[in-house]
Amino acid sequence: MAGYRHLDISEVGDVTVVRFRDHKIIEDINIHELGQELFQLVEGENRQKLLLNFSSVEFLSSAALSKLITLERKVKAHGGVLKLSNIRAEIYDVFKITKLVRVFDIKDEEADALAAY
Amino acid sequence: MSEPQWIWQCDRTIPSETAAGRQILDEVLQQLKAHHWVPHDIFSVHLAMHEALVNAIMHGNRLAADKRVHVSCRLSPELVHIEIADEGAGFSPNCVPDPTDPDRLESPNGRGVMLMKAFMSQVDYNDRGNRVVLQKRRNEQDGPLPPGNP
Repeated sequence: MAGYRHLDISEVGDVTVVRFRDHKIIEDINIHELGQELFQLVEGENRQKLLLNFSSVEFLSSAALSKLITLERKVKAHGGVLKLSNIRAEIYDVFKITKLVRVFDIKDEEADALAAY
Repeated sequence: MSEPQWIWQCDRTIPSETAAGRQILDEVLQQLKAHHWVPHDIFSVHLAMHEALVNAIMHGNRLAADKRVHVSCRLSPELVHIEIADEGAGFSPNCVPDPTDPDRLESPNGRGVMLMKAFMSQVDYNDRGNRVVLQKRRNEQDGPLPPGNP
């Protein structure tokens, strides 16, 4: 899908599956742009079911977590559902330590997440 | 306890720019890889050092062009030691609200210090709060670590 620098977008039924082009979500400018692209999916394109597949992501910083939290809020405010999948062990530790596993619905694999909508 | 035998060290003074912080961080990670530290330890140091540099550059020095960040790194076969000091007013790390508090869980900010403490073996601030020392003791094997010791 055209127009996204940081995201690869596909659709499985009525679920929008998002994969990340940046393997390391760390630089402030990239995080800002990434956030804007994610928010556009919800606020601009009114996508109700979003699945973020983290299989290509090797690293993310607390600033990236901030964008995800804001995205979760926006998705909920628009009556949608957000799920995350394919998070590698070290990054999952970050979600566990920060207790963000209580905020996000995280599944091991994309197929598990798709089945849960 | 005997003094560590440093096999690599690096001292830099950098501007308050995240790209400059990125360079010194990459140097440290390259050294850890060259000395065969396990991926989980490298991830831990990457995360903690990144958060500490961002804190120094953006919060300590407020990105001021006239303020610098002083970074010292030491590596022994068993330990990586990183000191990061900014030229700002400092802060009290003990006064940072707990980001895992249910009332703060969905707050977008405030997790950097917590992540540093969770992923490093030791984190110490000076009294003023503008200098942090991060230490990571090497783990010999990768895979899940015992609770409380990422």
